This record gives sequence, structure tokens and C-alpha cells, in this order.
Amino acid sequence: MSSSPRKSGALAWLQATPFALVFLLFLVLPLVLVAAVSTWHASDYELIPAFSAQNYIDVFNGCSNTSEMCVTLKTYLSTFKFCFLVWAITLVIGFMVAYFLAFHVRSVGAQTLLFIVCTVPFWTSNVIRMISWVPLLGRNGVINQGLQGLGLIDTPIEWLLFSNFSVVLAFVHLYTMFMIVPIFNSMMRIDRALIEAARDSGASGWQTVWNVVVPLSRTGIIIGSIFVITIVMGDFVTIGVMGGQQIASVGKIIQVQTSYLQFPMAAANAVILLIITLMMIWGLTRLVDIRKEL
Amino acid sequence: MSESSTPKSLARRSLIKGAAAATGVMAFPYVRAAEPITLRYLGTAVNQDKAIADKFKADTGITIQYIPVTTDDVTKRAVTAPNSFDLIDTEYFSLKKILPTGNLLGIDTKRIKNADKITSLFTKGEVAGKKVGDQGTAPKKVMYVASPTAKEFSATPTQFMTLIPTVYNADTLGIRPDLIKRPIESWKELLNPEFKGKTAILNIPSIGIMDAAMVVEASGLYKYPDKGNMTKKEIDLTIKTLIEAKKAGQFRALWKDFNESVNLMASGEVVIQSMWSPAVTAVRTKGIACTFQPLKEGYRAWAAGFGVPKTVTGKKADGVYEFINWFLDGWAGAYLNRQGYYSAVLETAKAKMEAYEWAYWMEGKAATQDIKSPNGDLLAKTGSVRDGGSYEARMGGIACWNAIMDENAYMVQKWNEFVAA
Repeated sequence: MSSSPRKSGALAWLQATPFALVFLLFLVLPLVLVAAVSTWHASDYELIPAFSAQNYIDVFNGCSNTSEMCVTLKTYLSTFKFCFLVWAITLVIGFMVAYFLAFHVRSVGAQTLLFIVCTVPFWTSNVIRMISWVPLLGRNGVINQGLQGLGLIDTPIEWLLFSNFSVVLAFVHLYTMFMIVPIFNSMMRIDRALIEAARDSGASGWQTVWNVVVPLSRTGIIIGSIFVITIVMGDFVTIGVMGGQQIASVGKIIQVQTSYLQFPMAAANAVILLIITLMMIWGLTRLVDIRKEL
Repeated sequence: MSESSTPKSLARRSLIKGAAAATGVMAFPYVRAAEPITLRYLGTAVNQDKAIADKFKADTGITIQYIPVTTDDVTKRAVTAPNSFDLIDTEYFSLKKILPTGNLLGIDTKRIKNADKITSLFTKGEVAGKKVGDQGTAPKKVMYVASPTAKEFSATPTQFMTLIPTVYNADTLGIRPDLIKRPIESWKELLNPEFKGKTAILNIPSIGIMDAAMVVEASGLYKYPDKGNMTKKEIDLTIKTLIEAKKAGQFRALWKDFNESVNLMASGEVVIQSMWSPAVTAVRTKGIACTFQPLKEGYRAWAAGFGVPKTVTGKKADGVYEFINWFLDGWAGAYLNRQGYYSAVLETAKAKMEAYEWAYWMEGKAATQDIKSPNGDLLAKTGSVRDGGSYEARMGGIACWNAIMDENAYMVQKWNEFVAA
């Protein structure tokens, strides 16, 4: 390759072309369309091309009111809250599982097997998986009946289901996998000699993890975080089902609007959501230069 | 056949066909199609029964391919992708959105054998000669168009129908009598603090708001001139009532999917909620007591029907008409009646039902034998009576119809506020 840089440059462009075209056609073009539609008007049954900021103004309608927060801000706040909780919990659990898999499980066979175990939540369909939480967490579910049977509680615990708790639980159950895989990947590339060196220099186990393993797994942590944050920001199914449809999310608002054919309004919401999510990811990539580390 | 579809040629073509039908060259029953036809049937899962498609295939050789989506998505596809189906089964209230797009063709009643036998509820808004409530999008308001390609409704009956009715019913609250243990008589019980944390409401804004309006009116808070077409102020009031109830923890959940409502009720998470009749039946077939409770304020009715998209032509169009005719011919009607729905042409359905079945389902009489669902599950024991009584008592008690309001966009926005509250 190094023999003729100019030729290989052209070749590289050529190699990148198919994928670039796919992106252009199926990602960039639709996004441009969404952005364009967000400035249109709509009636019950047709879209009227226009160029106005009305949809954006409507999204933030009432947000200047200081006594009560407007729907949009409230919804984003609730979405951010879930995002943060799920990110923090999946990070801790994901890191621990990945650490165990990378440093304590010696054979590749056992690692593969345990990885497959981690994918169990994905073996059934989304809806079935979520409906099956009801007999477990419900008012007459296994947990409540168990606790009542043991005499620990008199009346069923209501917040187990259709609550913030159940939403976070379902997210964590599903998306910890997305943390485990990239972190595990980074950990496997850590030179074991470094850990030995740390131990030889007198570092305790905890110090080794904090000062050697965590910094070197940074790439994996950031990639996992990007996965989890983007999924949770856009989700409406999990929040809908596990929250008993009573908890708002940005995705849900967009879904309701598209099902009522209010495409411009939905597009405006989508553009705002996209910008916010991109900003979060941009912030994360400031912490680590992913391209350099990979 | 030419595929040119200028409005004029279309109108002429259907006229010729109509004339042919009138002079007795009628094709009932149609001969088996020479080459196999598959019709893509867009509708909600609730109405798409495998047994119906199987029977139709056995009778005519035409395959029905179901495309099951949600109520809202049926409308969305009709507006945005009219060439993705050959036959649409949609609710009457959606017509206000679909018809102005010109994506549906008026159905020529001359090609529909039983068109004049379609129940007067649709054609005149009457049950047994008595007018029923017409707040909201009552079918008679959107039943006719002046020509097949018209984009506006005709106020008076014409030769062309927008939709041929398939099923309809009157909805009310579903309750768990074993957990409530007292009679329920009014819509206002949905927001009764006695059931705090044990109620649910439908999260399909255009239908949920009607249920909420029934509750508001029953509680004596406000009397709507037309629940199916509220002003912005009325929407504010209704949503405010819902938000207060939600903040007080009245609702256990909101549901959007038919199966969710079954699940909520069967698991005992909820004891009183908005419900659809087949969902009540589904809870009962699990051996759990569930009543579709008639209430003194009346019912919120809905109706669905078959529409023909303008993109369907030639043999496929003939197939669509054949299916609609077959559907009205009795077998499907009897099948639906046995599920607790009502069929469009009662006369033909009656001929395909046993006398004791008809007496139980339609006349509100006590069952003289065990009543079974079409797939053989026990629905009601000998001696029991159907919730809501006879067809006349039930459909005569309609207070309003599912609707699309003029202020629909505002309503959806406020509904989102309720969900976020």
C-alpha cells in the first residue's frame, strides 16, 4: 500500500463508495426529508409544502410559562431521567459482567457459552417479553404473593409494575448486553502484562481496576454508552408497555402524532430529538477519540 | 380492459357494469376465477379471522391475505399508501380523513346483492324504526357519495356507498363483578375514587376522549352539545378532568392494544375499564368473570366497513366485489354474531344460525343450551342472558359514535399532555 499512496487513495475512495451510497440513500436523504417536512403544514389528510417555523413554535408552546412546566420540557426531562438511570445501572452491571468474563473466565469455550446466556433476553419477541413481566410484578404476581406469603407485607406493593421502576427494570434487562459487548471487547485487548506490572508495583486489586482497567476500557464504555443512550432516547415501546402507557416519552409523542397523520409536527419533534441526541453523543466522543483508539 | 382511470371512464365503466347487473347478467355466484387471485385485506387484527378467509377460499378459490395493523395505522395507510392493499376494512369515523384524498371509490350498490337489506342503523340511523343517538361520526352521515369518485359525502342516499358495513357494536365499560361486588350503573364509576389505581382507559385519543366525555357528562360536570365534535374549550375541560384523575392515581394503566386490555382485566390489575366486546369474551373464555356492563347513559358505538381503493381494477376488483357479496351472504355474519359483534345484514346471518343461538345473541333471551364461541369455547351456560339484552335494546341505547373532530390536531396535542401529566 505504501508504495503508491495516490493510487491507494483512489482505491480507498472506491472501496468506501458502496457503503457511502447506502448511507446517503437510506440515512442522509430520509433525514433531509424529515427536516424539510418539519417546516410544512398539514391538514387531516394532506401535507402542504411551506416554509414556516410554526411546528417548532407549537412544540414549545407554553414553555415560557414559569408556574407549570410545559409538556415538551416535562417529557424531555422524564426521558433524560430514564436515560441517566438506565445508563448508570447498565454501566455498572455491564462493567462487572464484562470484567468477570474477560479476567476470571479462562477458556474461550466458557466465555462463548456465558455470552450466549447474556443474550437470553433477546430470544423472545419484545411484546411477549414485556407482557410476561405482569405475572411476575403485578398486584397478584409472584413477587407480591411471595412477600405476602412470607408475611413481610400486608397489601401488595403497587409500584412494582406500571411505574418508573418497572420501566428502568425492563430497560436494564434488555440493554445491559449492549454495554457488556463493547466493554468486554476493550478488556480483551488490554495487555495482561500491564495488570501484572500493576500488581508487582504493589497496587491493590481495586487500584488496578480503577487506574489500569477502567482507563483502558474507556473506548468500550463510550461505545456502550452511545448504544444505550440512543436506544433509550428514542424508545416508546418499552416505556409504553412497562409504564402502563401513563409515562410520557419523546418517542411516544412522535408515534402518536404520526398515527394521527400530523407528520410535520412529528418531524419537528424528531429533528429536535435528533439534535439533542447528537449533542449528547458529540459530548461523549469529546471524552475519547474513538477512531484513534479502535 | 384499459387501465386508464380518468374519473369519467371510471364512472362509465361502473355504470355499464351496473346496467349489466340490472339486466340479469348478474354474476352471482361468480364462477371460480380462472387464475388464482389474492386479495390484500387491510384492517385491524380483531376483525381478521382465519376461519373467514379459509371458508371464502373454499367457496370461491380466492385467497385473502390479511394485513393486520392498528386502527390508526389503517387510516394512515389508506391516506399515504393506497396501492398497498386491495380491500380496506376501516372504521366509519376514519372516512373524514380518507375520502378527501380520493383514494377510495364509492361502492356501486347495484353490484351488491344484499345492499338493500343492510340494517337501517347505517342507512337511516334507526333501530326498529326508532332514531338512535347520532353525536359523533354516525355512519348515516358518511354512508353515501354522489359519484364513485366524489370527495365529499352526500347527505341523501345515493347509489354509491363509501363503505359496506362489516361489523359494528356498542361499547361500554367492562367490569370484574367478582372484585367489585356491587352493581355498576353509570359511566361516572370509571373515575370513582373507590376504584383508585384499579381503572384503565383507552389510549387511542379519538376514542378515549369519547369515553372520557361520557364520564364527564355522567358526573354532571358538563353537557356537550356534540361529544363527537368538541370545541377547544370542551376539549380542555375533558382533558383537565382526566389529568386530575391521573394525578390522583386513578388509573392503573392506559391501553392501546386489544390484548393489553384482556391482560389487565384477567390479571386483576384493573377492575373497571374501557373495553371492547371481544376482549370481554376473551377474558371470559379464561373462566374469569367479566361483564360488559350496560350503563344508563348509553353506549359509545362504532362501525367498520369494507372500502375499495381506486387502485384496484380488472379481475381483482371483481374479486373484491365477490368477497363483499360473500361476506354479506350469511356465513360470515353468523360467525361474527357468535363472537358478540353484529353483522350488516341480519336476515342472511339468521338463516345460518341455530334458533337458540339467534335467541341468545340477538333477542336477549336466556340460553336454552350452552353457548359456544365459533372455535368451540364455552361462552355462556344454559340459562344465562347476554349483557345488554337484545339487539334493539343495545343498539337502541347508542349515545354517540366514534368520531374525528374538527379540532382533531388540538385534541391529540392535549391528549399527549394527559399522557405526560
